[in-house]
Formats: sequence, structure tokens, C-alpha cells
Amino acid sequence: MADLCKLTQYVESFVDVSRTPSQQATSLETITSLVKNNVLTIETLVREMGMYLTITDNIIRGRGILLLGELLACLTSKPLDSATIHSLIAFFTERLADWKALRGALVGCLALMRRKTNVGTISQNDAKSVAQSYFQNLQVQSLGQHDRKLSFELLACLLEHYPDAVVSLGDDLVYGICEAIDGEKDPHCLLLTFRIVELVAKLFPDPSGTLASSSSDLFEFLGCYFPIHFTHGKEEDIDVRRNDLSQALMRAFSSTPLFEPFAIPLLLEKLSSSLPLAKIDSLKYLSDCTVKYGADRMKKHSEAIWSSVKEIIFTSIGQPNLSINTESLNSPSFQENEMTTEALRLLQKMVVESNGLFLTLIINDEDIKDIFNILNIYTCYNDYPLQSRQRLNAVGHILYTSASASVASCDHVFESYFHRLLEFLGISVDQYHNDKISPVISLNFGALYLCIEVIAACRDLIASTDENTCSVKEKSYSMLQTFSRSMVQLLSSTFPGIVKQDLHDAEFHCAVKGLLNLSTFPVGSSPVSRVIFEDILLEFMSFVTVNFKFGSLWNHALKALQHIGSFVDKYPGSVDSQSYMHIVVEKIASMFSPHDEVLPLILKLEMAVDIGRTGRSYMLKIVGGIEEPIFYNLSEVYAYGNSKSVEILLTLLDCYSTKILPWFDEAGDFEEVILRFALNIWDQIEKCSTFNTLMDKVLLDATMMALKLSVRSCSKESQNIIVQKAFNVLLTSSFSPSKVALSTTIPVQMEGLQILQQKDNPTSRDEWILSLFASVIIALRPQVHVPDVRLIIHLLMLSITRGCVPAAQALGSMINKLSVKSDKVEVSSYVSLEEAIDIIFKTEFRCFHNENTGNGSVMFLTELCSSIEKTSLLQVHAVVGLSWIGKGLLLCGHDKVRDVTMVFLQLLVSKSRTDGPPLQQFILEKDNETSLDFAVMKGAAEAFHILMSDSEACLNRKFHAIVRPLYKQRFFSTMMPIFQTLVSKSDTSLSRYMLYQAYAHVISDTPLTALLTDAKKFIPMLLDGLLTLSVNGINKDVVYSLLLVLSGILMDKNGQEAVTENAHKIVDCLAGLTDFSHMMLVRETAIQCLVAVSELPHARIYPMRRQVLHTISKALDDPKRAVRQEAVRCRQAWASIASRSLHF
Amino acid sequence: MVSGLINANPVVYQKKERRARNAPCDSDEYAVEPIDQLEIFDHIRDIKDPEHPYSLEELKVITEDAVEVDDGLSYVRVTFTPTVEHCSMATIIGLCLRVKLMRSLPSRYKVDIRVAPGSHATEAAVNKQLNDKERVAAALENPNLLDMVDECLAPSYS
Repeated sequence: MADLCKLTQYVESFVDVSRTPSQQATSLETITSLVKNNVLTIETLVREMGMYLTITDNIIRGRGILLLGELLACLTSKPLDSATIHSLIAFFTERLADWKALRGALVGCLALMRRKTNVGTISQNDAKSVAQSYFQNLQVQSLGQHDRKLSFELLACLLEHYPDAVVSLGDDLVYGICEAIDGEKDPHCLLLTFRIVELVAKLFPDPSGTLASSSSDLFEFLGCYFPIHFTHGKEEDIDVRRNDLSQALMRAFSSTPLFEPFAIPLLLEKLSSSLPLAKIDSLKYLSDCTVKYGADRMKKHSEAIWSSVKEIIFTSIGQPNLSINTESLNSPSFQENEMTTEALRLLQKMVVESNGLFLTLIINDEDIKDIFNILNIYTCYNDYPLQSRQRLNAVGHILYTSASASVASCDHVFESYFHRLLEFLGISVDQYHNDKISPVISLNFGALYLCIEVIAACRDLIASTDENTCSVKEKSYSMLQTFSRSMVQLLSSTFPGIVKQDLHDAEFHCAVKGLLNLSTFPVGSSPVSRVIFEDILLEFMSFVTVNFKFGSLWNHALKALQHIGSFVDKYPGSVDSQSYMHIVVEKIASMFSPHDEVLPLILKLEMAVDIGRTGRSYMLKIVGGIEEPIFYNLSEVYAYGNSKSVEILLTLLDCYSTKILPWFDEAGDFEEVILRFALNIWDQIEKCSTFNTLMDKVLLDATMMALKLSVRSCSKESQNIIVQKAFNVLLTSSFSPSKVALSTTIPVQMEGLQILQQKDNPTSRDEWILSLFASVIIALRPQVHVPDVRLIIHLLMLSITRGCVPAAQALGSMINKLSVKSDKVEVSSYVSLEEAIDIIFKTEFRCFHNENTGNGSVMFLTELCSSIEKTSLLQVHAVVGLSWIGKGLLLCGHDKVRDVTMVFLQLLVSKSRTDGPPLQQFILEKDNETSLDFAVMKGAAEAFHILMSDSEACLNRKFHAIVRPLYKQRFFSTMMPIFQTLVSKSDTSLSRYMLYQAYAHVISDTPLTALLTDAKKFIPMLLDGLLTLSVNGINKDVVYSLLLVLSGILMDKNGQEAVTENAHKIVDCLAGLTDFSHMMLVRETAIQCLVAVSELPHARIYPMRRQVLHTISKALDDPKRAVRQEAVRCRQAWASIASRSLHF
Repeated sequence: MVSGLINANPVVYQKKERRARNAPCDSDEYAVEPIDQLEIFDHIRDIKDPEHPYSLEELKVITEDAVEVDDGLSYVRVTFTPTVEHCSMATIIGLCLRVKLMRSLPSRYKVDIRVAPGSHATEAAVNKQLNDKERVAAALENPNLLDMVDECLAPSYS
């Protein structure tokens, strides 16, 4: 009740125009909620408001009525009894006469009329009285925009929901509407008025009824809007577009056949306008009207329409697109502009609607007949002048469109043209079933082109119609059936001509397209018999296998084959797909047999992959064909070390990993094949117990990559099988557990003096097996259970000490993936992450020195790395191994990584003995002992690169690694302070140099956004690093990546502050780098950075200008052009901030 | 100062396609790429005509063939052709060419700017003026003149 007391207050605040809109909205909301919750009935409200609804003050009365109207609009879902509705609608109906307070009445009427039946609607009688009052009282065109819009909405609502009530008004209604909508200009209102015309036209369908007499008046109003000229900018009326208006007007145009006498002449007239937009619109409207008005009414216009459409097509069309463009094979009509498309659409509509009349018009047209004269004059594509090419293209399109319109029209076109075209082509029509081609001197291109368009039309028609309705007895169908053989013969007879360069590419294009059209008739309703289909495939195959030297033509033919393949694949099990499989796929698959030398291997593979991609069954077959030579050659290589086989294998494996496997991943569900491949690789090596020769490292890499990628795509179960198999093979090698003692110590040889580079060394069988095994481990999913983890860890560690990088990567991957807790029941051999780490870091290595074969010293892996007493190659290997293990730990976020990095840092610091030679000497030193020392330090610095960079080979998401988010950022922020203290403490130039190198690796692989937050802190160190590292060219790539970090900071807005502070140092450093003679990119980037520095605050950089200009004037004489160009830009940038005298 | 334009309606030619240099091979980091005709031409082709919003290349005031360069001797000679014989802008154009080249080439270069023989009424005078160090320096002391030169050179730095 308390709320009720305030009611007057609320009403007052709504009615008061001096209140803000938000206050008014709040009060409306409150009242609505009162009524909704049944606290207040509408009767009470009306009674309370009585004064506001009837007062003589226009404004207050208007607001009062509006309040009632808006309230009702908010109550659309509240049931109201019919008495209330009746009295309310009566009130609003009466208020329509009150032009000074109209808005509320309109809103109220609309709200009431839009109510759903289940909550109470107004009666038909009430609706009728609304309509009467509307036409009596409303002068719509004299109202404002919003009121007009409401009035039109009201009218549309009346016509839509209460048609019976308004129909009885008859002529009054139509006149009323004419009066209301006449001269409307607002786009929103226009959308409504077009809709109103459409609705009213539907209300009076009787051709002699009410609308018949007034249709001309109504159309007069509509016609003046065509074509829609809508120039509103984007800022206003963003919700109404020209297209919406045009569509609405089109629906109004075609709403009743009664408009026909007015609309069609208008559209035809606009068709000849010079405005492209008007033409396109006319074509669209005509298409729509043709369908809606019906054949009888359109009959008398067909000639006029035909002549206009013909003219448009002939002028707007380009020449046929017959270049050997692989995209154009698919579409029957080539790329067109909108006008041609619309014209052809209209043509098709007319043909469909007019029962053959229109088609007769086309066929008897002089211009169309004239095409045969052109065919007589020219035979070869190259002879055609541009205009005739256009003409030919236009006729081709017209024939295609009309033939594909309906079955009858297709027959008609075939009857009228097909025989004549065949005669042009030299196929004799008289002797049916006598498939002889009379010898013609040369192929008639035009006839061929038209022929192919007609065939394409027939094919598309058959493809689009339902199989049941499509009678097999069609004439076109039987004609095609009769002549398909000779067509195929003729088309394929062009291939030799192409090869001899007698013919233009266009002819080839046509021939291929023709064969393609003939072979892509829907299976089951094809006029082309199986034999002929096979002939086509054979023709293509023979072309493709022989003429591989004609690059683009070969590709084109291959694309056609591919197209047929993907078409046939839609009908699995059909005769055609069997033929395709038999003739194309099996042939290609068999090409990989070792004795087939017809095509170069690369082309064979390209062909195989292209064809295989068209369907799963084909790919399976082809993969079978490719696998065979892979395994044949592998066994050849294993047994005899055949170098030719190595070459073949490299190509095949590359294709397998880069093309086929990605396709498998995309298509999915090829696991069986992949599994078979992986197992087969293991079978091959198992079969061959000894290698006769040492293996090529390149081949091993290719095999590993193929195996890795295969294993990666397999599911958990398949991976289990593969890993088991691999393990079994591993046991047959010299690594079998009997040979590797399962003790906690691993015996290793300390080989002091040996060549450092082992990369291209040939490998033995054991190494081969181990590397392959490592690549399987790398690609495993985290959930896969690895057999006998302890043994494998020992094995891998042993291999690490021998310098096997894949083993290190495998160990890293293994540790990384162990971090996922297995949800299965504990297996006896299950090893947790902690245990594995324990094994790795607690296993003892027993070192035997060459000279001293007695008992060697015993140490852990980490100690092995940092043993100072005697450097050896072993140590280098251990460092590399440890860095991959560290990467595995870092990615999964394990704390142990700290210990690992500490080992590296210790190496960097401690290795440089104080008595060691200075840096420069160190690098040039030839002494083995020193260079090994250097190699170990370098390895330790490189370790940071391995830790931070994204590796392609392993430990990435592709190989299912566990990657903690932001691990780089975290590592960066822990390492930075450590580096800072170490660098400041380091006492020798060498260790400083190495520390900076490690630091550069960390910083350059950290995301820039992370760096920017504390750029201030590390910029000085970064600059020191640049200076230190740039003393020689050994680490030029590191210098470059570090410089890129600096330039990243310079370019970024957030880095500006830190940069400004250190501007002087930065300029010094960059100036130094502009003559870094070892790498052009460094010089170029340094100069670009200087340009960026010139944008800093003037006061800060002004003192540096002389120095920079001096540096740059030297850079102007740089040996490299790119640097000189940058120097000119930089000079200009700095000279313009300097005083004039500094220009020279 | 002359009121109105000297050549009100110059012929505008098509710009020549920018010749892409074959990508420098990475293998030879230390190979020297000498300064050649095209490089010099690239420096000056986009200089704007003092009168019209067209580049000197578009007006065919300079062409690639009009540049002679010898990197070994550090010598470059640019011969330009004013659009009309009595063009008083010839000295300005010449000055622009000289300034641009001085700013773009190493200091070891000697730059020689010449009007094409027979293309200008006071050929000798213009040539003398353009190659006189003192007069060029004096001209650049003049702030109005320098602004004008800088305006013409602006597009060639983009």
C-alpha cells in the first residue's frame, strides 16, 4: 500500500518533462513492476491517472497517455481480461483523433494489437474500428519521423494480424494506404511501407477485385523508388543498408501479378540505363518477377527481355578464361562479374518459366546463329580476335545456362546444336554406332568449346535433379551415350598435338575439361559407359606418365585426375570407383617398384600424394605402394650399403614425413597404417643382424624423423606396441642387459685426445638401433608405459657419454613426461619422477684413463661435467647430455633444474683458471688440451640455448611434451640476478665472455613482454654483453640475437623510459656495432636502432648527435648496399635534429 | 622572383619499375657491393620537382643512364635535363641533386652535377654555379633556399 501511495509521485515524475529521461524510465519501471506483481490493477491506475489522461494541457495529456501506452508495451506477457482490453483499445482508438497527443495512442494501440492470443487480444471489431479511426484521423505524412514509423508499424500490424477485419474496408483501405505512404523518404519508414504494400497486395489477390482498379496508383508510388538510390553515409542509419531497401522493394514489386503492366516496362527501361547498379537491380527484380508473375503474364515481354539480356551478356562478358589455371577446372562458368551472373540467372528463370517459348527465341536468334559463321572462319584459338572470343564465351554461357535450366530445355538445346557441333568437330552424325572420326585437318576450337559447355550443362542438370524424376529416356542423354566414345577419342587425340606444340594451351584446357565433364556424370545415371570411363582414365594416365616434361600441362592433367578421383570417391563401391582404383591408383602405386624408371621419383611422389589425397582408400593403396620401396631399399642399405638406395630412401622418407603423415593427421583414423609403418622399420633392422658397411648419418636422421613423426600420431595403445617392439629389438643389440651390467656404476673410457667433430661420422648398427629407439621415446605420449625404465635410463646415459645426442633428447623427454602421475595401478617396474632423477644423478661412472687401465675414479654425472683435473671429450658429451635433461626438467617445472644450471655456471666460472691464457689467445689456441677446455665451456654456454630455445627435434607440444606455462619468464627472472653477481665477480676475460654468451642465450629466447617489465635493470648488462661478445666474429649469431632484443626494447613504447636513462651507453654500443665486420645484419640492425634512438626526447640525445653523425658518415661507405641505405636514412634522421651546420 | 610557373604544363612520364636486386647470397658475408649507377639513381629519383608535385624521374629530368659513377676513383657525375630551356629552376634542381648526393655518399666522393649539353639556355653559367664549392655553401647559408631544398628532398628519404 505504501507503494500505492507513492503512485501519484511516480506518475508525476514521468509526466513532468523537466525530469531527466533516466528518472522517467525509473518511474515507468516501478509502475510496471507494481502492475506485474498485482499490487496495482490497470483499472486503479487508470482511475488514479484520470486527470493526466484528460487534462487540456497538451503536453501533460500526451505524457499521460504515453505512460499508459508504454506500460502496456511492457506488459505483453501479463494476461488481461477482455473487458479491460476492450475499454483500453476503445480509449486509444478514440485518442488517435487527438493529434496533439498522438504518440501515446499509437504506442498503446500497437502494444495491445501485438499481444499473443493466450494473454488476451483485441477482437476483430475493435481492430476494425482502429483501422477506421486510423484512416479517418491520421495524416501520416504530416507527422514527425518517429510517429510516422509508429503509424506504419501499426498499419503493418493491422494487415498482418487482423486481415479479416481490414479486408472488409475494401477500397477505403487501399486509398488510405496510398495516402499514408505517398512521398515517404525516411529509410526506416520506407522499409515498413514496402512491407505494407506487399501485405496489402497479398490481401487482395483477385485480379478483378479491389486492387485491380487501384494497382496503378499503388505502383505509381512504388515505381518512383526504383532503382534504390541510397547515399547515406556510414555514420547515420547504420542499421539500414541499401541492400535491405532494395530487397524490400523487390518483394513489393513482385507481390502481385497485378503490377505486371507497370513494373515490367519500368524494369526494361531501367535495364538500358547506363548506371550499372540500376542494371543489376533490374535484372534481379526481373528474375524475381518472372517467377512470381507466371508464364502467361511474362509471355508478351519475353522478346524485349531476351534482347536486353543478350545485349548485356554480350557486352559485359570477358574472353574465356582458358589459361592452364588449375582453379578453373571446377566451375562450369568462369569468373564473372555480378552483372553477367544476374543476367544469366534471369535467362535461366525465363527458360524455366516459359515452357520452351523463350528457348525458341534464343535458338532462332540471329546473333546466336551467327556463331556458326565464326566457327567456320576460325579453327584455332590463337586465330580468334578478341571480340570473337568474347562472343564465343557469351554464347557458351547462354547455351550452358539455358540447357541446364530444365530437362526439356536441355533436350531442346541438344537437338538444335549437338549434331552440328559434332560435325564441326569431324564426328560423323549419320552413321550411328559407327564410331569413326572423319579425318579433319585440325580441331575446331570453337565447336569444341561450345560442345563442352553443353555437356557440362547436361551433367550439372543430371546431378541436380533427383534420380527418380530424371528419366533415362531423355534425348540429350541418348545422344551423349551414342557419341561419347567418339568424343573421348577426339578429345584425347588432341594430346599428341599439344606435345608437338601445334596447339595452344586453350585447346588442351578444353580437351581436359571435356574429358573431365564426361567422366564426372553422376554414377548410376551416366551416359558414359564404364568402358569409356576407363578409356578416359587410361588417356589421362598415359599422358601423365609420359609427358612429364610439360610442367603446367602435366599439372593440369594431374589436377583433372585428382578431380575425377574426389568425385568418384563420393560413390564408394561403385563401378567407377573400382575402375579408378584399378586404373589410376594401382598403377601409380605400382610405379614405385624398383624397376619402374618411367618417371622421376619426385614427380611420382607428387602424383601419388595428389591422387592419394582424393580419398582414403586411394591413400591407403598408395601408401602401400610407397612403403614397399622404403623397406626394400632399407634392407638393401642395411645389407649392401647401396648408395643409390640411400638417395631414393631420402626422397621417399622426406615425402612420407612432410606430406603423407600431415595428411593422415588431418584426415584422422589412419593409425593402423602408421603403426604398421613404425613396426616395419623395426622389423627391417631386426632382420638384419649385422651391417656390412657403416651407415650414413643423413639417412639415420631421415629415418628417425619419419619414425618420430609416425609414433607421435599414434594413440596410447599403438605406442605401447611400438615401444615394446623397439625394446625387444634393442635387446638383440650389444646393449642387451647381460652386457650392460645393472650395477649403479657405468664404466666409461676417458678418451683425452680425440677429434671434436663427430657429426658426419658413419654409424654402426648398435648406434642406429639406439638412435631409433631414442626417437621412439622422444615421441611417446606421457601416459605410455616404457618397459624397464631403469635399464633404459642406464642405456641412454651410457650413450650420452659416447656423444649420442638423440639419447640425451630421449632422456630429457622421458623425465619430462614422467612428471604426469600415472593414474593406473602401480606397475612393478613403475618409476616415479623422483626415482628417475635419483637414478640419473646418483649413477656412478667409473672412469678408466687410457694410460691407467687399473681402477679409475668414480663420479656422478654432474661431477663428470665439472671434473677439473683432466678435461676430456667425455666431459663435453656429458655437458650436452645434461643440458637436454635440464630442458626436460625445466619444461615440467621441476626444481632440480636449478642444480643442473648451477653445474653449468660453475663450469663457466671455474674452468677459466687464473693462470689460463687471455681470451684472444684462448680462441686461437691450437693446443688440444686448451681447445677441449674451451669446448666444455662453450658447451656449458650452449646449454642455456638448449634450455631456453624451442627445439624442433623434441620436447615440444608436437611430441607431447609437458610444458608449464611461462617457464621461460620464470627461468629468466631466476637467472638474471645470478648472472649479474657472477659477471661482476668473474676475474678473467674468458669467463666473462662465456658468461655473457650464456646470458645472451637466456635473454634472447625470453619473450619481449617479460623483458620490458624490468628493462631498466638489465639494459646496462645487455650493453656490456654486446660489447664483450662483439670483439670477434665467433659468436656473431649470438650478437645478432642480442641486438634484436635491444631493438625490440627500443621500438616498444614501454621500453622508452629504460632506454632514455641509458641513452648514452646505448648510442656508444650501437656506434661500435656499426662497423662489426663479421655480419651485415648486425650493422644494419644497429643503424636501424640508431634511427629509433633519434626519436627519444630531444634534450637527452642532442649531445650525442656529433658522435652519431660521425659514425654514420663512416657507415655510408659500408661494403654492403643495404647498410648504406639504412645509413642514409639514419643520417637524415639525426641531421634534422642537429643544427644546420652539421649537414656537411 | 618570377610570378607564375616557368613550365606550367610539363610532360609526365611513367615511373620506371623499381628493379629488384637479386638477393645477396648469404654465403659471402665479406663480399663488397660497390656503389653503382642504380644505387645513385635510387638516391635521387624521388627528389621532388621544385614547381610540381612530381618526382624528377617522372619528369625525366634525370634518368638512370645520366648517372656516371666510378667507385674506385670515388667519382660521380649526374647530368640532368631541365624540362624547358630557360628553366630558372635548373640551379635549384642541381642544388638539390648535389645536396642529396653529399648527404648520401661517403665523403671520399667527388660529385659533379651538370646540365645536359644543349638543354639549357645558360648552360655554362649553371654548370659553373653548381660546381663552385663556395657558391654552393653560400646558397645553403640562405635559410629560404635551404628550406626549399629540404622540401624537395623530403620524399626521397621515405
